[in-house]
Amino acid sequence: MSDLQSPASTGTAGKASDDAPVKATAGGDAPSAPATTGRSFLPQSTLLRHLLVLVVCAVLAVAILELTSPFQNSQLATLTYYAIAAGGLTVLTGMNGQISLGHGALMAAGAYTTALLLDAEEPLPLPVILLAAIVVATAIGALVGVAAARLHGPYLAGATLALAVGLPGLAIYFHDIFGGEQGMRVRAPQAPEWFDGFISAVSGNNASSTKWLAYVGAICLLITYFFLANLVRSRIGRTWRAVRDQEVAAELAGINLGAWRVLAFVVSAAAAGLAGGVLAIVVRLAAPSGFTIVLSLALLTAIVIGGLGSLTGALLGSALLVFLPPFVTNLGGDFGLSQTEAAQLAPFVYGVVLIVVMIFVPAGFVGTIRLRWMTRKAKRAMAQAGADGASSRG
Amino acid sequence: MTAIAAATVASTVAACGGSDDSGGGTSSGGGGGENEASDIGVTEDTITLGAHYPLTGVAAPGYSEIPTGVQAYFDCLNQEGGVYGRDIEFIFRDDAYNPTQTSQVTNELVLEDEIFAMMSGLGTPTHSAVVDFLNDEGVPDLFVSSGSLLWGEDPEQYPMSFGWQTDYESEGKIIGEYIAENFPDAQVGLFLQDDDFGEDGEAGIRQYIDDQIVAAERYTPGNTNVGPQIAALQAAGADFVVGFNVPSYTALSQLTALQLGYDPQWFYSNVGSDPTLVGGLLNRFSEGQVSDAALLDGALTTGYLPTVDMTDNPWITEFQRIWDECGGEGDLTNYRVYGMAQAYTMTQALQAAGQNPTREGLVEAVETAGGEWEGPVFAPFRYSEDSHMGTGGMTIERIVGNGSEEVQPVRITDIGDAPIEEYDGEAATPPANAIPDEESVVD
Amino acid sequence: MDYFVNVTLTGLTQGMIYSAFALALVLIWRSTRIVNFAQGSMAAATTFIALALIQAGQSYWVALIVALLSGFLLGAIVERVIIRPVEGGPELNAVIVTLGLFVAIQAAIAIIFGSSFQSFPTPFGVRGFEVGDTTIPLTPTSLYIIGSVLLTMALLVALFRFTRIGLAMRASAFSQEVARLLGVKVGSMLTLGWGLAAVVGSLAGLLIAGGTFVWPAYMDALIVFGFVAAIIGGLDSPVGAIVGGLILGLALSYVSGYAPRGSALVNISALVILIVVLLVRPGGLFSSTTARRA
Repeated sequence: MSDLQSPASTGTAGKASDDAPVKATAGGDAPSAPATTGRSFLPQSTLLRHLLVLVVCAVLAVAILELTSPFQNSQLATLTYYAIAAGGLTVLTGMNGQISLGHGALMAAGAYTTALLLDAEEPLPLPVILLAAIVVATAIGALVGVAAARLHGPYLAGATLALAVGLPGLAIYFHDIFGGEQGMRVRAPQAPEWFDGFISAVSGNNASSTKWLAYVGAICLLITYFFLANLVRSRIGRTWRAVRDQEVAAELAGINLGAWRVLAFVVSAAAAGLAGGVLAIVVRLAAPSGFTIVLSLALLTAIVIGGLGSLTGALLGSALLVFLPPFVTNLGGDFGLSQTEAAQLAPFVYGVVLIVVMIFVPAGFVGTIRLRWMTRKAKRAMAQAGADGASSRG
Repeated sequence: MTAIAAATVASTVAACGGSDDSGGGTSSGGGGGENEASDIGVTEDTITLGAHYPLTGVAAPGYSEIPTGVQAYFDCLNQEGGVYGRDIEFIFRDDAYNPTQTSQVTNELVLEDEIFAMMSGLGTPTHSAVVDFLNDEGVPDLFVSSGSLLWGEDPEQYPMSFGWQTDYESEGKIIGEYIAENFPDAQVGLFLQDDDFGEDGEAGIRQYIDDQIVAAERYTPGNTNVGPQIAALQAAGADFVVGFNVPSYTALSQLTALQLGYDPQWFYSNVGSDPTLVGGLLNRFSEGQVSDAALLDGALTTGYLPTVDMTDNPWITEFQRIWDECGGEGDLTNYRVYGMAQAYTMTQALQAAGQNPTREGLVEAVETAGGEWEGPVFAPFRYSEDSHMGTGGMTIERIVGNGSEEVQPVRITDIGDAPIEEYDGEAATPPANAIPDEESVVD
Repeated sequence: MDYFVNVTLTGLTQGMIYSAFALALVLIWRSTRIVNFAQGSMAAATTFIALALIQAGQSYWVALIVALLSGFLLGAIVERVIIRPVEGGPELNAVIVTLGLFVAIQAAIAIIFGSSFQSFPTPFGVRGFEVGDTTIPLTPTSLYIIGSVLLTMALLVALFRFTRIGLAMRASAFSQEVARLLGVKVGSMLTLGWGLAAVVGSLAGLLIAGGTFVWPAYMDALIVFGFVAAIIGGLDSPVGAIVGGLILGLALSYVSGYAPRGSALVNISALVILIVVLLVRPGGLFSSTTARRA
């Protein structure tokens, strides 16, 4: 029953980093949105503004993690690795227009790197390990990106789909290193001592390992989104959008399309690698069956449902992935379905939600809200200018 | 669901007085006392257990029937008063055979549903993802539905986890010894799933017939073309093929052999053999096309549990009754029998843990008394302080039509170089209503 | 030598199955420029309808015809109700819709028909033919599969090349505006395209199921390999789909048969083959338009 709270916490979780991405991507998705620097109490500099938002989000994240139950903590930990990967995919697909059905494989690269390094007698510090996960995934991403830069539409989709099923297969082939089908168990790193003190100072809650992992995930998520939000607002982000929207013009302007496409792939692979690393320690296992095409497809659905090109959208879409299935299952149980029937209902509802959202809210949650907001603003502006035909928007 | 639960609560309250002493035994510490909420997941009138299974996706066929068997057994048990008057509430959640989801649903079971213990969690990669968590949290992790050595080999590493079915290595040893004794001239080919299941089985077999093996071919689950593997076994001249594979690959290997005109003596390990399932499948789709009745006819397999075709086995009679009274739609299948047998062992464990069980007490009960329990499983469990391995014994059976006949009685062994011995114990007969009556062994 | 023949023939049969699936993908791509990820589930749905009829005592052929008809109906309805609203929108939205459909239909099958293994009959034998004193892994059933797929391809090529309707369908896919100006009922053509594709998909589903068993997710493995086969062939060409399927089936069979622990290398090999083909020809082997960008 208490799962009924999940949607509520989804809302707040979404809100946690609301400001940063919205600010970042309001300009991010609309190619030529004028920099709206009207009356604002926020600093002028993008970096400073994002830093401010980052601090606010960090405080919010702590508040959310301390106000929710241990189980919701674990759900939020799950949310973080989905959201990190989806954020990276947003850069690739949303900003640069390249589709990828293979990000699960890149997550696998990060997860296996983490698992291998944590397996050592005296493992390196966690940040170093996660950094290594990023590096490995980035290297693979660069390789894939070079091949992918030449491909378009369904051909790119097919190639990345083959990547999604192919790469995890290597873990089965080299089973002596990667543990084969049953995978590598990951000893979740212990929380440092200061964490105990921190939690008891903040909320007096019990600093369990679940909570520590949720914090690790949240920290990684905040850093990733901070980095991505800045990137998107930078020259690099503008160039990506140019490559996406005005291919020919961009080429004429001397932009090397291939190089920029590869760069987008590399950045999103880095995020996927980090997400894989977080997944490995949260799930405590890196196994091929955790990185099926289902994972890659789920990431893609998350960013489109949330609102393509928006980091907030990626976060919302990820929340849907985490909270919808248990919500439906429990709802089905409440309506008298057997546990098996209720479990079967969850994917059905998920599929229907995908279809319905795409038909009725084609721009995704965030995209639609933003569209409404911009429309209203435009209308008000027109009315103020005294124009009669306020309804005539293109 | 809730309506049914409410009804059973009412009926158990009524039946409570009568059943107290039946489960109670004589010398339990809290004997005659009152039910208390003695640990997480235990209230005065319920005990909550949890499990994860693939209810959707590629692994759902077959495996998704196991929890319906468990549920049916507990429903009937609850009607008879449960354990010390407590109803067993069994919560099972879908992981789609994906370790990531196993981790999520296990978090939900432990942190949200607050189960007393995990029972029957299914699958090696899936359960691997949660075994550390369950042990760290001190949640008893009983009777994992997988023959991997992980859950029982090293109780120091995983003090809360227990295996249940015969591990694949012991099974391989019993098969190897049987071949060495009865088919000393056979040229043996191995058809193996490319994971720990195939690996452990191969290790066991090779202890006995390493020199007889002429080929070992591996398939990766999901890759449905096994033509090259079966053709390679044929080309190597194997006239006896042992398969450590899942049921769908039993059917695929049979079909491919048919295409190739390859007719060795087949021996399928227990997991892949379910004669009712596979035999029925093969019979039906080759209807009218394959004249000799059942393709699997004559194939050898192993057994550690009675199967539904043994209609005069008293356990099957009882399980059939339970399924008719408390089960859902469909027929009693071997998967459901498996689930019921696990539920039976679980009931024994809960009774042995005493009137007011704790998590530590439950583990202690299995370690102390588990080796003595009798039930539907042919051979005793190996539970002790040093081993959490499940049963170590198996029969060898020959598939005839949709059933099977025993060709070698139960032999027992253990992992490593433990010898194989004939088991001299009698087959247990089910107690009244197939409800065990174990004494508490925990103070 | 025998071994080589065996590996080759099992690969060929498997390849034909990929071809059948790829053919249906090509058909939908040609008519609406959408890759239909739901095709596997749609085919599974009609296969289960056929199975229900067979279990109720109908003959295989009656079940086959009903399945194909219901496939047509399903395809047409899906296009009209679900695909039409997202046609012409962002490409990704159509992808997500078909993914949603894939998940929802598969779940619906599990809910309606249960998720256990069920055997699906074949009207022909499943024993290999005997040549001299050896048996080769070519069965009446595999001949039936190969024959049906080739016949379907021939019919499709004929439809597109020699009939007015085929021409109208091609025109609609090529340019809706121009086709409308020429008096083609573009909407009906798109619906027809999806209906036909679903028929081919249903046929593929039935052929794959024949002589083995089905469960709600039995087409899952084929979604990837069928898609890869279609891409290798070039997505636009029915002949390419057949060739792509055969190349993939044979190559994977050789990998599986000759590499040590080859079965574990099958998935990664599919990736390597695809990448190699696409690096040489980014539009697939049989791409006619080099600069088409979707």
